[in-house]
Amino acid sequence: MGCVESLKYEVVLKGASFKECREYVRAHCKEYRDVQPGFRLFEKAVVGVPPISIGLDGDVLVFPYTKPCYGTFLLKIEDPEEAARIRALKKK
Amino acid sequence: MSGKESDKTAVLVLGCPQVPVQTGVALYLLHALRKKGVVPVVAGNRAARMLVEVSDPERHYVGETVDLDRFIDDLAGKVRAYGLYFIFIHNDSGVSYAATVQSITGSTVVALIYGEHFEEIAESIEFPCEKIAAKAVHNPMPLRKKIDEVLPWVVSNL
Repeated sequence: MGCVESLKYEVVLKGASFKECREYVRAHCKEYRDVQPGFRLFEKAVVGVPPISIGLDGDVLVFPYTKPCYGTFLLKIEDPEEAARIRALKKK
Repeated sequence: MSGKESDKTAVLVLGCPQVPVQTGVALYLLHALRKKGVVPVVAGNRAARMLVEVSDPERHYVGETVDLDRFIDDLAGKVRAYGLYFIFIHNDSGVSYAATVQSITGSTVVALIYGEHFEEIAESIEFPCEKIAAKAVHNPMPLRKKIDEVLPWVVSNL
């Protein structure tokens, strides 16, 4: 997800486990959608242990971002188009 | 399995190279796979790839190397597939990559789990995979021994 690094993001959790990210999204975001690894978010395949929860608060997306050396970060990015695309996914 | 080159091929998905045994074990596994007629590819971040490449300047063991993000994108896009998937795991990120590969490919991945917290990490893996786990941080021998035990059976499934 190299292109995510070029977007304006906020780090919500740093060095979190995939489980902590999922629990945070489900507890703190108004809505969320579960996706499988490999799902394309910001045009790149998402890495993680399924189900991967993507949080939605208006136009803001909250999602895990994994780096091999630094663990998993939970990031927050405002993007109306991507938020609308994720919101349109069927709730599971 | 969809994608190309999925038969006698294997990919070694390297993690962060902060644990010393990773590069040595990767080179050992590359050698063992080649001896069994399997063409191995190495996927990893730049530092992990450079360590195996610099350790094998004449490329006796290391063949193609692939950027980790590109590897995941190609799997997800069904552009490429491999016969075997070996994932090097010593932290939570490694578990995430292994789960991702397993979920995208539907294949049983081989999880090589090492480092100080190998037991805890092995227990956290709930998806289907073959686990090869040993407390190997500086000394690769415990992990090498387990690879020797399991590899003939793993390769026979190709």
